[in-house]
Amino acid sequence: MSVEIAIVGAGIHPFGRHDGVSAMAMGVHAARAALADAGLAWAAMQFAYGGSEDGGNADTMVADLGPTGLPFVNVRNGCATGGSSLVSAVQALRAGTFEVGLVVGFDKHPRGAFQNDPADWSLPAWYGEVGLMVTTQFFGAKLQRYMHDHDIPERTLAQVAEKAFANGSLTPHAWRRRPLSVDEILGSQLLAHPLTQYMLCSPGEGAAALVVCRRDYLEHVPNARPVWLRSVSFRTRRAGSFEVFSPSLGLEIAPSPTVDAAHEAFEAAGIGPEEVEVAQVQDTESGAELIHLAECGLCEHGEQVELYETGATKIGGRLPVNTDGGCLANGEPVGASGLRQVYEVVTQLRGEAGERQVPNGPRVGFTQVYGAPGVSACTVLST
Amino acid sequence: MGPGEGGHQAQAGSPALTAVAPDPAAPLDLSGDGPRLVAGRCSDCAAHTFPLRERCPTCGGAVERTLLPPRGTLWTWTTQGFEPKPPYVPEDGEFVPFAVGYVEFPGYLRVEGRLTEADPARLQIGMPMEVVALRRGELVTYAFAPIDEDST
Repeated sequence: MSVEIAIVGAGIHPFGRHDGVSAMAMGVHAARAALADAGLAWAAMQFAYGGSEDGGNADTMVADLGPTGLPFVNVRNGCATGGSSLVSAVQALRAGTFEVGLVVGFDKHPRGAFQNDPADWSLPAWYGEVGLMVTTQFFGAKLQRYMHDHDIPERTLAQVAEKAFANGSLTPHAWRRRPLSVDEILGSQLLAHPLTQYMLCSPGEGAAALVVCRRDYLEHVPNARPVWLRSVSFRTRRAGSFEVFSPSLGLEIAPSPTVDAAHEAFEAAGIGPEEVEVAQVQDTESGAELIHLAECGLCEHGEQVELYETGATKIGGRLPVNTDGGCLANGEPVGASGLRQVYEVVTQLRGEAGERQVPNGPRVGFTQVYGAPGVSACTVLST
Repeated sequence: MGPGEGGHQAQAGSPALTAVAPDPAAPLDLSGDGPRLVAGRCSDCAAHTFPLRERCPTCGGAVERTLLPPRGTLWTWTTQGFEPKPPYVPEDGEFVPFAVGYVEFPGYLRVEGRLTEADPARLQIGMPMEVVALRRGELVTYAFAPIDEDST
């Protein structure tokens, strides 16, 4: 049996907009919060992995945390930055290189949609000049086809966002904390048919950090309330999957990297999707939450309509999803987003989620982060 | 220093020492009767690619230039409701929302592009579409237009 890995510290800096506060400062805040949560000093960390997309070099945090000489690896892997950092940490712990370390993600993006240069994505200049270099187009187009194939009405999209903002209103560190009605969501500006303004998350700011260790290190952790990281899986796209910034697609669509990562994570954990009692999935927009639930095996394709009509995905429902409001209520600082999901599941499994606590002591949690140009990282966690 | 003046060129007939940049030629061929999209077909695995690339992204084989048929069907679509940031080249005047989609060319592949119709009420998955030239200032590229069934 492989080495068991525990999360013993979890810290977060509130998401949203924080004028005058640097991404790095938020990262340091989250790191200190995670260390305090575990009751460990920075000097006890044997390694740190982390990064951001737009927020700077994580390893320079030692200027604030203390230059202890530890190996600090900068990770810059888009939306999978947090997931990649966590995968790397787990591998180092399992290999026996280290016993305990810190994983941190943080970011701060300019307002408005993400801006991308075709040359950075191996695409010709004309692709951007004519107006195709826009991520929201991918979300709208993939979703349009999915709703056509699985008979999903626009109302279900609004129900996803309604739940997100309801959960966000209960989450102290969330950005958007005002509940919105289905009608308000459907009536907001159409940005990428069928998606309206309130169905799409915004790039934002925030940070999250975790302290991870081997089981045999637990005796050194003063405040240990361990949540077990049963598995973590990170995959990229295969030929034929429908991804952002694709000038063309083959006639046969291959499964998304989320399908591969989720399957691998459940297999490695020896836990099935039917055992999950709280899940965080990538909800860049309402439709992504619906699609990802099915791609992860948490429901059947098309079953989402009933799940959202009956409230099954609300806190207190059969399968609570994005209990902190997800990306829709928290925004998406891409370096921090994946670790925010793990922070939330750890908080829920510990029973420390306050007003948004899933009732009856959930024991199994799941996270899935997804991003361009076709990367996905999933974790299975348990008490 | 211009091309040919440096000391690092490959000798004639020997393999290039540097990567060969893909031809940045327009994705549209206007030399025939009507506008056609320029795609590639792998001579090893027969997979199609768009835009035309030097090597097959599926198997790495050599790619031959091929033209796609002038017509296909709308596989999926969405709208662009806000003005994109650069490198988008804005048109004169106020931004007008546009639509984009993937058109399926049976036997070939599905190609992404702008649509000439932006009204969601007039767009439907499965509708027939044709390739047209889209001229925007100095930029000449392609778009897909719904085929008016009455006029054909």
